[in-house]
Amino acid sequence: MSEDSKNKATFNVPIGPVHPALKEPILFTFKMDGEMVEEVDFAPGKCHRGIEWMGMRRNPVQIVHLTDRICGICGVSHSLAFAKAVEQIAEIEVPERAHYVRAIIAEYERIQSHLLWAGVAAHELGFDTLFFLAWRVREESMDVIEYLTGNRVNYGIIQVGGVRRDFTEDQFPRIEASLQYYEDIAGKLLNLFLEDKTIQIRCKNCGVMSKREALELCTVGPTARASGVAMDVRYDSPYAAYGDLDFAPVLPHQYLGLTNGDVYDRIVVRLLEVVQSIDLIRQCLANMPPGEVLWEKKYPKILAACKKATGEAVGRVEAPRGECLHYVRMDGNPNPQTWKVKASTYSNQMSWLKMLKGEQIADIPIVVASIDPCMSCTDRVAVVRHGRTDILTKADLHRLSVEKTRRLAQWS
Amino acid sequence: MTRILHTPEEIAAVFTEKFGDAIGEVTITEWAEGVKKTPNRAVWIRMSRDVFHDAVQCLVDLDYPHLGVISGADIGDEIELLYHMWIYFGERGREIKVTLAVSLQKSDLSIPTIADIIPGAVYSEREKQEMLGIRVVGIPDSRGLFLPPDFPEGVYPWRKDETGIREDMVKDLWAVGRPTDRPAPPVAPKEEKKKDEEPAPAGDTPEQAPPAEPETGEVKNDE
Repeated sequence: MSEDSKNKATFNVPIGPVHPALKEPILFTFKMDGEMVEEVDFAPGKCHRGIEWMGMRRNPVQIVHLTDRICGICGVSHSLAFAKAVEQIAEIEVPERAHYVRAIIAEYERIQSHLLWAGVAAHELGFDTLFFLAWRVREESMDVIEYLTGNRVNYGIIQVGGVRRDFTEDQFPRIEASLQYYEDIAGKLLNLFLEDKTIQIRCKNCGVMSKREALELCTVGPTARASGVAMDVRYDSPYAAYGDLDFAPVLPHQYLGLTNGDVYDRIVVRLLEVVQSIDLIRQCLANMPPGEVLWEKKYPKILAACKKATGEAVGRVEAPRGECLHYVRMDGNPNPQTWKVKASTYSNQMSWLKMLKGEQIADIPIVVASIDPCMSCTDRVAVVRHGRTDILTKADLHRLSVEKTRRLAQWS
Repeated sequence: MTRILHTPEEIAAVFTEKFGDAIGEVTITEWAEGVKKTPNRAVWIRMSRDVFHDAVQCLVDLDYPHLGVISGADIGDEIELLYHMWIYFGERGREIKVTLAVSLQKSDLSIPTIADIIPGAVYSEREKQEMLGIRVVGIPDSRGLFLPPDFPEGVYPWRKDETGIREDMVKDLWAVGRPTDRPAPPVAPKEEKKKDEEPAPAGDTPEQAPPAEPETGEVKNDE
């Protein structure tokens, strides 16, 4: 933009503490050179709840339900990672069928999370009809999750030693119907997101991160894969049923022929992972072994096994956003001696510093959203311009982003 | 890029050979799930602080690792830091977890930064500084991360000694009680059972013992 005076105008619209577009608050500070981002800094911790501290004062069976509530979207990833860590320490053997139940629910979680993200991305670009479509389509997976576990969020299905509910044969037709639904609509979604001219203009070569940078900044999940790093916990260190399934990590060059590591590639990876999840659930249903789904039905016995256990272990799963990791150390007491939770966004946040550098102010929302931050978003953005710090709200940024899309749409 | 995939035993041998006595206990673990039981293998290497920075470099020379997280445990007189890293990702089922663990005496809680080798590590190092009160020498950015700016100095949430979270900083949700300015709940609250006295007579004591009303307003905030 040429008129500098226009850019200087700042205003403060208080929205929040919880934002309508994204979920959790975080403070960004951008040093701007005109329209261009020169330097980025962020400060998380605006909703630190001390969950690890709480966990170290509870026993594993209680913590499993606490982990359900760490994240509203990856409800199963955290509890699965924690249960896996405790199972390794106490040497609890999970029944084979439970591994398949865990994989199925984890894949449904991936479908709903990626579609939720796709909707948010469309919204950030000002493409609200696509946002509504993506979220309507997402409802199907939420319905199935509710049908299978009884809950839309906080599924409460994982227990140390297995799962608390079995998926029975009579439920399979409903699961199959939903898979069919996604299979039918996948082509339409891919077409709308990937062939749309406006999305291509806004997302290609925007928020670029190279493979080297992705490795050095310890990024995980779709964010790393979109930069060409072949890293997927399900594939590298198979857990649950994933060791038995036939699949490979989704990388952008499989679809595009090359890897750019931009926002567009991140859309490609996430959408193709939805398609992959359909196949993975089908494979699970086809190969599900019979038997129990819980190592021990009586919870006091599970608790007793945990109490006796000593040792340390890491439970690690591929959450929709990437690696989710729980380190647990038990020392013969009911409560863990140490519990460290590492969510996927923890690893991905550093990549913002690289991605946002040199981007325009109107691209901030889509680049920030492109890593699918669980702790999001630009609650308030402090802009340092001409040595002055001004505050831009999420709403202002969203408006700028929408205006940019409109502008580009007019020219093209 | 051709990778040479070592076994966990070979990786352990590389470290013990290079650093000798500075390497402490080495544990190799395996865990498998699913019907096919694809193993997940891990090497846990405990070492002294003096060789730690070189050890990370040594691991980078084997294969550029993915640093999952640095976890820390307060174990009495020492604080143990565990650097959880993975190498050989992208190879199906061949990934190996390498955990490098260093114990620090509480009298000297400093450790060299590894952000010069793995730039992304600074995030986790910042967290360890504020949660455990360690000092990362040479850290490019030593600000806090998750704790609010007005958090008291010298209190480290993960510590289990006197520098941990104090009793007076904890607010138990159950102790807060019901707000006093709300209408009464539609269902009469259950009467409290005396544990050691005679069993409560069934249902004929409506007025007796309304639940003890805790002082709600005062305990809410200390600012």
